Amino acid sequence: MSGHTFVEKALARAAHADSARAGDVLDVQPDLIFSHDNSAAIRRIFMETGAQRIARPDRVAITLDHAAPAPTTQHAQNHAEIREWVRQQGIANFFEVGRGICHQVISEEALVLPGEVILGADSHSTHYGWLGAFGMGVGRTEMAALWATGELWLQVPESMRITLTGHLRPGVTSKDLALFILGQWGADGGQYRSVEFAGEGISSLTLDQRAVLPNMMAEFGAMSAYIPPDQAIFDYLERNRQRDYTPLYPDDDAIYADDYIIDLSSLQPQVAIPHSPDNVHNLSDVIGQPIQQAFIGTCTNGRYEDLAAAAEILAGHHVAVRTIVIPASSEVLLRATRSGVLQTLIEAGATINTPGCGPCMGNHMGIPAPDEATISTGNRNFRGRMGTAQADIYLASPAVVAASAIAGAIADPHEILIQQQAINASGAIL
Amino acid sequence: MSHHRVWVYGDHINTDVIFPGKYTYTMKDPTQMASVALQDLDENFASQVQAGDVIVAGRNWGCGSSREQAVTALKYAGVRTLIAASFNGLYFRNCINQGVHPIVCPGLADTLQTGDSIEIDLDEHVIVANGNAYPIPTLSPTVRAILETGGLVNMLRERDWPMAEAT
Repeated sequence: MSGHTFVEKALARAAHADSARAGDVLDVQPDLIFSHDNSAAIRRIFMETGAQRIARPDRVAITLDHAAPAPTTQHAQNHAEIREWVRQQGIANFFEVGRGICHQVISEEALVLPGEVILGADSHSTHYGWLGAFGMGVGRTEMAALWATGELWLQVPESMRITLTGHLRPGVTSKDLALFILGQWGADGGQYRSVEFAGEGISSLTLDQRAVLPNMMAEFGAMSAYIPPDQAIFDYLERNRQRDYTPLYPDDDAIYADDYIIDLSSLQPQVAIPHSPDNVHNLSDVIGQPIQQAFIGTCTNGRYEDLAAAAEILAGHHVAVRTIVIPASSEVLLRATRSGVLQTLIEAGATINTPGCGPCMGNHMGIPAPDEATISTGNRNFRGRMGTAQADIYLASPAVVAASAIAGAIADPHEILIQQQAINASGAIL
Repeated sequence: MSHHRVWVYGDHINTDVIFPGKYTYTMKDPTQMASVALQDLDENFASQVQAGDVIVAGRNWGCGSSREQAVTALKYAGVRTLIAASFNGLYFRNCINQGVHPIVCPGLADTLQTGDSIEIDLDEHVIVANGNAYPIPTLSPTVRAILETGGLVNMLRERDWPMAEAT
């Protein structure tokens, strides 16, 4: 009898089953469920079911992040309806406009812990794999059912393993790794699967870097993704956690449908070009492509290190195109304020917006005009994603986006860093 | 056995082109959702689709967002069966939970053009197109029960819910 993958163990635990195998259909009771600006629409479906009270309001979270602060009266009414619902139902974890993007906020607040199961009405709920949790996106009807019953049917997915060896070279980030995976195996390379990362390469990734990987596995078709949690994760959660937990790890003899190995030191910066996140090219192949807007933010790359990486490139330069920076959370914003990163970004000509999703899905705060190209640190570049089908979107790491903002065209941050080092060195001599 | 006109699409059709994200928090009426279905992919679809039509697509239909309106919009446009070589997992679940039947059938899209017709026989678990038969995969009992009840909301309606406590 072979061992179990992470996902088999995590779903068995949440279904109060002794064990589970890929293909089993289970009624899973998640440790946390969450939604965002879509909560008013979910409430309307909930009312249709005949249920009146949310089963476990202590295990429900709602953030206002997708169109926050409200860009129109309609959006404001939507938010008002959600606030009233939160009050009526006694929902324990509510985060107002400006607190940040659901995935970042729930991570910071330690509302989900290693080995736990979290279901969110958002496709990037794969994100929580960075904490060693099972995270999966669900639809609005499924969230209404979860509110009503506290449980949901799930089919245990097959698993695939991606083993990371070596270290990323300077200037290469986990965003480049995620894009490389998409480019290599396609937008359905992880279809219906749990993507389980392994290998000593993980420990070389900082926490902010790690979060990118499970997040981007949504674009890989994955049900969920997982990074084995280590002491760095336990320490991160210790500040805010309110319950005990038991981390889960796959067995050595677990069965994986596919088994890939990536040598991190072999990677170079990547860019996804229109109109799919798996349309991935080496940065060197797309240098010089003109852009009219740069966007640094989102649940994928709006964390402190992302802003700091952009600031490192932008220091002493001025952007050639409008550059929008949106921290993923108020905590990120505060840290970037205190460290001076924000000042560097503003001095370089960038503008800072309220923590939240911003223009990523075409709601507000940076919608491109038709025939304009945006380079973004986000996760999706589908046609029409940012509001108009005539606008092109390129996806890259924060450093590449910052370098491109200076050049007004897709550019290599490495060259700017070398120039800056030369200037610093000559300054030292003088 | 039922006859259906088909709309044929390619691989990796994502939820942003099935139902654009800019409408997600403002559009509440499902009939209105139907009127913008696939607007960035096929401008003829919303105006010409008829009840009973079936979409036949390639790989990874419905990749991208979890937005359920990408199913709702098609459902209220009259599409109650979707056939694809493969589905995004979230989209597949959203179909089941809204009572729309997702059928995994590799290769079918390659043999058809928009406007062709096919026959679907749910009793015999078979699709007939151009004289060829394609099997319809069976679903697990849990999934079949949700689909047959017309979706998750209908299923939940059958429960006895505790009354809200007086406040």
